[in-house]
Amino acid sequence: MKRVLGYSDVWSVVPGAKIRFKVSTYGPERYRADLVRVISGADELERGVFREEEIDAPFNGEHSGRLQPIHAGSYAIVPTSSVLDALESFTVQCWVFATTPDKGEQGLISQWRDDPATGFTLLIDDGGSVAMRVGDGTGGLSEISTGSPLAERRWYLVSGSYDASRGEMSVSQEPAASTLEGLRAASARGAARAFAGAKAPMMFAALPALRPDGKLGSQCHFNGKIDRPRLSASVLSAAEVSAAATRETPHDQNPQVVAAWDFSRDIGTDAILDVAPNGLHGRTVNLPSRGCKGHNWSGAEQNWRHAPQEYGAIHFHDDDLYDAGWETDFEYVVPTDLRSGIYAARLRADGDESYVNFFVRPPKGTTTAKLAFLASTVTYMAYANLQWTFHERYAEATETFWTTMEKSDVFLQEHEEFGLSTYDTHSDGSGVRFASRLRPVLSLVPTTHCWSLIADTHILGWLENEGIDFDVITDEDLHREGVGLLEPYSAVLTSAHPEYYTTAMLEGLRSYLAGPGRLIYLGGNGFVWRCALSDEFPGAVEVRRAEDGIRYRDEEPGEYYLEFSGEYGGLWRRLGVPPQAVVGVGTIAVGFDASGYYRRKQGSFDPRASFIFEGIGDDEIIGRFGHLGGGASGSEIDAVDPMLGTPTHALVVASSEGHTKNTLIVPDEIGFHHVALDGAQSPLVKADMTFFETPGGGAVFSVGSIAWAASLSHNDYDNNVSRISANVVRRFLEARPFAIPT
Amino acid sequence: MYEIDPSRTDLTEEFRNNPEGPHSPELQLIVNRLRIMPLAERHVLVCTKPGREWVLAKIPATRGAKMEIFEDHRFSDYNEAVWEVFKRRWKTVTGHDLT
Repeated sequence: MKRVLGYSDVWSVVPGAKIRFKVSTYGPERYRADLVRVISGADELERGVFREEEIDAPFNGEHSGRLQPIHAGSYAIVPTSSVLDALESFTVQCWVFATTPDKGEQGLISQWRDDPATGFTLLIDDGGSVAMRVGDGTGGLSEISTGSPLAERRWYLVSGSYDASRGEMSVSQEPAASTLEGLRAASARGAARAFAGAKAPMMFAALPALRPDGKLGSQCHFNGKIDRPRLSASVLSAAEVSAAATRETPHDQNPQVVAAWDFSRDIGTDAILDVAPNGLHGRTVNLPSRGCKGHNWSGAEQNWRHAPQEYGAIHFHDDDLYDAGWETDFEYVVPTDLRSGIYAARLRADGDESYVNFFVRPPKGTTTAKLAFLASTVTYMAYANLQWTFHERYAEATETFWTTMEKSDVFLQEHEEFGLSTYDTHSDGSGVRFASRLRPVLSLVPTTHCWSLIADTHILGWLENEGIDFDVITDEDLHREGVGLLEPYSAVLTSAHPEYYTTAMLEGLRSYLAGPGRLIYLGGNGFVWRCALSDEFPGAVEVRRAEDGIRYRDEEPGEYYLEFSGEYGGLWRRLGVPPQAVVGVGTIAVGFDASGYYRRKQGSFDPRASFIFEGIGDDEIIGRFGHLGGGASGSEIDAVDPMLGTPTHALVVASSEGHTKNTLIVPDEIGFHHVALDGAQSPLVKADMTFFETPGGGAVFSVGSIAWAASLSHNDYDNNVSRISANVVRRFLEARPFAIPT
Repeated sequence: MYEIDPSRTDLTEEFRNNPEGPHSPELQLIVNRLRIMPLAERHVLVCTKPGREWVLAKIPATRGAKMEIFEDHRFSDYNEAVWEVFKRRWKTVTGHDLT
């Protein structure tokens, strides 16, 4: 159904900088590209909300199309070396925790070359058993298997050896000790043809594959964990294998051990370190998960930095993807006079259309408006190519809908190589921790449903309609530059859903509010999850969903510490900075069937808040309309909570009502579930529209609802949601300082 | 698990007349039941023209496999499309046809 897709090397650019576009077509030989400024997205064009502006650009026009494949699946690779090339008799071994042992052939450790079969491979065979394969370099192939399927999600010590003097090979699998289960060890030994070294890189967790372009690729990806792989230049006894498997530096005891990889070193990078003297270091590909519990995890420590010897495993997945690695099809140097905003290379081919979005900041060191719109690019990344809605059995019951897929969903279902979001599970059922923008992100097309970037463009379209000038800046900019990015602005406007914050982003925002800065939070479910970015892996975000919260997937116990930053993951409310202590409100409830509306509260009649309600009647219902559930309070909503840090002088100026039985209090607010958790019964299910001043002369205004943004365009922007928003923005842009009441 | 009584066509009529809800408590139990059946047994919808056209489909049991698209079941009314999904799932769960 999709005929053309693309992505760019960066999302945030300044005028004068170059952005590179990578495009693939699926059938068509040609496609058309045009630069557009995205003003307001919408899936239903006839509603009249959608607006974009075509802009002259050198790349506008017809281009030759081609298929650019994506090679998903993580593995690790060690360059070939004289040590590897000199192998005659040898033993390879590792601890293995297979999560899909029955999925078919999966590489564990190999140095292999096809045509003719050359080298060795320790693998899981089609029967789910550990097998050893040896090639003689002339096409002769020997293979033996333990013939005993591995149990799923159990640690085994596995090994394979080749004895050149005897022409024998062996393979073994031994379960880690258990007092409850009767899993058995299994091994096999047999004659082998001659072994010829492959003179190729070693590969962990996959088998090598030669791509059509002649480059080394991978296949038969392993799902699960590998811990402490070792290579020895002789045939080790079972006792020697066992000793090498438990010691951190086995070469000290047994000089036959020529390589001993310690995956607990250099966590947070793509480096894998061989601690033995030969230094057969390698690197990982496609961001497998590290900081993972090893075969010997005791449970005494939860932090991989405190007990690295127990976190020696890497969890590989056959659907991991970091960088699609496509070649550039065209480039664009952003002109110095291009106004700040959200733009896209709009791609069209054969009746299909895709957008490659990017964000143009004002020229470096300058601002072109007093108001900054902070685009939630990290949140966009976390949601990129979300497939939970059609992978998860209980998604319909959670979100109370009948699965209605878009064309892009169908494409993702049929092309799993495009990778997942941090809401999804891998093919082995483990949670996805990384999401990348270095691949086509089908969920950000402005003509898809009102969520994420598309909901945010409703805010930008509204600003445009109001004639309020704004600059666009992004999460990644805030992470890199901190408060200095925000300080030049009189006010900062958030997206409808600024959910994911790195520590640096949150510190930057809080520092801004410590001065005269003003923040307008026109969203809900904001400032919720700690996440991490990494200079080692630009363009990727990491999320570990520790403890509770609306998690969509479970997080592996004992693996709550982020690999990118070493920090404890999870909800900011458990990490010292609840959202209530930043914007006055924090997530209280979620429901996707119908939205509610606001009614003014006593706080709105306080003279401090009078500017907010200019032109609004005392009893006026606010926001009983909108593109998300028919109301301005919905989807995900926030409420005040003084115990979690809502400022004592904060005014609740309006609260929502009219929520349904399908809008439920979030898990992090519940100690024990009960039968009155829903919006039809609970007084807690409401969004609190909140205002407070800060000591530095600034102020914060929060609506606490994702659906608010989708109500702005109602009645051609002539409505009370629009009016309240404009009242706040205009006052927040005035120089006159706010004062905390005495 | 809740067992659907296939003779309760009064509830299916309620759904047909008001697919968006809110539903009566008894109908809600049926809706919930039809929404938690195994993924691979479900009929779903694919939106082919936003707000204007939907087609009946099934999600395959394995990721990466082709969707089953029922080209001869296209709808220009979303509620009619949902009713078709409801009927198909009802048949799968109860073994009875709805007309």
